[in-house]
Amino acid sequence: MAYSRTDVDALLPLPLATFHILIALAHEDRHGYAIMLDVAKRTDGELRLSAGTLYRSIQRMLEQGLITETNERPAPELDDERRRYYRITPFGAAVARAETQRMANLVRMARVEGLSPGRA
Amino acid sequence: MRFYRLLLLLYPSSFRREYGAEMSADFARRRRESSGAVAALFLWLDTAFDVLRSAAAAHWDILLQDLRYTVRSLSRAWGFAFGAIAVIAIGVGANTAAFSVADFVLFRPLPFPDPDALVRLCWGPRTGGGWGCMNQLSPANYRDYKNMTSSFQAMGAYFGNAVNLVGSGEPQRISGAQVTSDVLPLLGVAPLLGRLFDSTSGGAADVRGVVLSYGLWQSQFGGDSRVLGRGVNLNGTPYEVIGVMPPDLYFPTRETKMWTLLLLRDENYTDRSDNYLEAVARLKPRVSMDRARADLNVVAARLARDYPDVNGDAGFSFFAMRDTMSPRYRLMLLGLCGASLCILLLTCANLANLLLARAGARERELAVRAALGAGKERLVRQIVTESMTLALAGGIAGVAVAAAAVPLLSLLVPDTLPVASQPSLDLRVLALAAAITALTGLGFGVLPALRVGGRTGGNLSALREGVGSGGGQKQRLRNVLVAVEVAVSVVLLISSGLLIRAVWRIQSIDPGFVPERVVALRTVLPRPKYDITQRRVQFYNRVLTDIRVLPGVQSAGYITGLPMVMTGRITNVVIPGREVPAGFRNEVVSVRSVTSQYFRTMGIPLLRGRDIEEGDVRGRANAAVISESFATRYWPSEDPIGRTFEARGEVRAVVGVVGDVKVRGLERAEEPQLYLSAGQVPDTAFINDDPKDLVVRYSGTTGALLSTVRDIVQAADPEQPISDVQTLDDVVAGETATRRAQLRVLGALAAIALLLCGVGIYGLLAFTVSQRSREIGVRLALGAEPSSVARMIVTKAMKLTLVGLVPGVLAAYAAALGMRALLFGVAPADPATILGAVVLVCVMTLAGSLVPVLRAVRVNPMLVLRAE
Repeated sequence: MAYSRTDVDALLPLPLATFHILIALAHEDRHGYAIMLDVAKRTDGELRLSAGTLYRSIQRMLEQGLITETNERPAPELDDERRRYYRITPFGAAVARAETQRMANLVRMARVEGLSPGRA
Repeated sequence: MRFYRLLLLLYPSSFRREYGAEMSADFARRRRESSGAVAALFLWLDTAFDVLRSAAAAHWDILLQDLRYTVRSLSRAWGFAFGAIAVIAIGVGANTAAFSVADFVLFRPLPFPDPDALVRLCWGPRTGGGWGCMNQLSPANYRDYKNMTSSFQAMGAYFGNAVNLVGSGEPQRISGAQVTSDVLPLLGVAPLLGRLFDSTSGGAADVRGVVLSYGLWQSQFGGDSRVLGRGVNLNGTPYEVIGVMPPDLYFPTRETKMWTLLLLRDENYTDRSDNYLEAVARLKPRVSMDRARADLNVVAARLARDYPDVNGDAGFSFFAMRDTMSPRYRLMLLGLCGASLCILLLTCANLANLLLARAGARERELAVRAALGAGKERLVRQIVTESMTLALAGGIAGVAVAAAAVPLLSLLVPDTLPVASQPSLDLRVLALAAAITALTGLGFGVLPALRVGGRTGGNLSALREGVGSGGGQKQRLRNVLVAVEVAVSVVLLISSGLLIRAVWRIQSIDPGFVPERVVALRTVLPRPKYDITQRRVQFYNRVLTDIRVLPGVQSAGYITGLPMVMTGRITNVVIPGREVPAGFRNEVVSVRSVTSQYFRTMGIPLLRGRDIEEGDVRGRANAAVISESFATRYWPSEDPIGRTFEARGEVRAVVGVVGDVKVRGLERAEEPQLYLSAGQVPDTAFINDDPKDLVVRYSGTTGALLSTVRDIVQAADPEQPISDVQTLDDVVAGETATRRAQLRVLGALAAIALLLCGVGIYGLLAFTVSQRSREIGVRLALGAEPSSVARMIVTKAMKLTLVGLVPGVLAAYAAALGMRALLFGVAPADPATILGAVVLVCVMTLAGSLVPVLRAVRVNPMLVLRAE
């Protein structure tokens, strides 16, 4: 799917939950519950996405084309047919990168002004 | 788990369908992983909170999405949006205004405690009753009646008067009422400040007391709470303020600004035929109107036996105070309500038509969306949002329409009712009217979405451009709606047409005088300063002499009360040699005191004999000028000049005969008229008999004249205020003011109806043409003349119009029968009016079909066929 720089910029800054979901899907297709667990693990339990937040985010991200549903499923003995698996799209990856860049720029600017953590 | 599934129902169904199963699975897993009662409880609370929050957010998302979509799609179809909003606004606004006024005048309880027990008493011919019975009572009849009946808790008498209030600054004329001490307490309203008249001694202690209305207290005394005990000068006599009434007390009319005490003395009881008192009473608890009426009939029979000369053919009656208004007002208001209901009907029909037309045009769009996977629920929800947006916008505009319309309608609030002049907007009516239109919007908006959404996988034929779909059923429904619109507008057109003809007829009635270039103003000479007739005559003569020599003044005179302004004042006459009257009513004549030149000023023709002259003073033979109908009634075949008769207890000689005047108003029958000389009124006469209205016939303009007249009056008596300045043209125009107000409203409603009807026809035909453009193209391609295509469309329009015309005319006839009392003799089936309305509707039909016809004959056969 073709997308332009403006399409990407239109979505920035990303809501926190959306960014986390994109990160969770960066290298692996996951179902909803797995995303929830991954986010909790990655943030040491600091951010727990509730089911409502998660699936509303997923719904919106599907509409926005950030993620897509995939038909590739794990081996039947590991699968639960109620589960749906989500995969990040190239557009989603581009948006996630742009958000990362945006945050990195922000952090750099803050550091230049002496706002690094741990300093007086 | 079941509870969780119930919780999931809070989500929009599309969301639930997509994610419900997954969320349930997640929840099941979390529950398995949480051990212990506390953890389980925490999980439940957390989940419930999460579902509530995110479900609300999900609904909100959809609403925003739908609203954005609505705004986009309505701004593309702004003609439709504007039409729909205007239609709703008119329907909701007109109904809210009309029913607010009607409820206020007809149904809302009067602002007194237990208002249903309040009645007004009257005296009048035994036959008749009801509205015919508005006559006042004489003090003697009132006293006897009050003493002999047992149905009433309290009864009081009063009459409206106007007093000259002299304080600082210009003297003022204020409407008030003289009331017996029972009147104010029986209304049940406590004073805001001070007290009411002391009734223990018959009120004698408070003869010089005055109770102020809230309005007068505010305007004249600045709402000063120390007003009690303050002295005021009324008609040259010092009075003391003893009380102030609360703001919403209007009694007996809304003009009344103050109350003074009415003390009936022995001399007031001597003339049983001198009717000038109004009476009000409160029924005892649990005494019904019927029982009181029976009680009253017994008393009336006794009084008829005891005083056959006055009461022989008269009866007493009473009516609920709620009904102190002419039946005309009631009928006018009901007519107005009927008309606005018609408009509501039209609104709904038109809205339905607009929505159906739009649904036809949108069928393809909806089918595309359904084919792309939009669920039925989403489509319906989108349309509901759109309908509600339209209804809301229309409702808000409707409130504006109603707020603007209510002041226009306040002329329809009779001034005889003791209520404020301005009704407030009735929110219940507003809500109801808005709900009806919203339901219409919903019904006709959602139906098409349901049909499209109901088809699985979209509708292939709907996806094809330009192909008519939706079937004949919807088309028939639209035809019916247009026919209904035609019928309703015919009803409104005929009704207002009939009323217009009635007003024309009333306006063409000869009032009996020539109102052009006559100005009238009022100078009421206060008692006791002017107790002596001689003093009053001096005042009149001085003022009249000075005015008559002014440049531009042709003549000037005084009279007790202007015709149509003072409608009452009657007296019995006794004609020597005449048989004992068969019905006392025949012997009653209207009576006025006048000065010289009154008839010349008014343009009332002097048919025989002479005018009242300045020499007609006390000590000379009592001169009487009678009207033509007086002469023909009593001396049909003789010369009345020189004849004598008895009136007001004295013998009078006829000196002149003048033309009849419409004393009681253009629409009402009047009795023969008797004019007495102002110089021959006895000193002790009732103040209402004094001439007080000055009429001046002038050439040129009134501007400078009025200030000069004012100076002349001030020179004659510096304490004498001038009030009620008006031209006689205004007085005559005032006769039809209420009717014209109603007519304006009804006319506006009829115009709106006609317009809506035209829009409906246009909408239907435009839709038909676009639906049948393929067929029309084929016909044209096969060589059909464009004129035959045009004829086809116009024929369809005319057929529908005819279908609507027939029931419309019948319904209009029924409506006209119902409001016959308002028609003033115009036939309910007046052919000219019906014809006019039918022609108007037909013209509107043709106008409505013009654009669709042009569009049809311009259909390009090649383009249409290629699109196939």
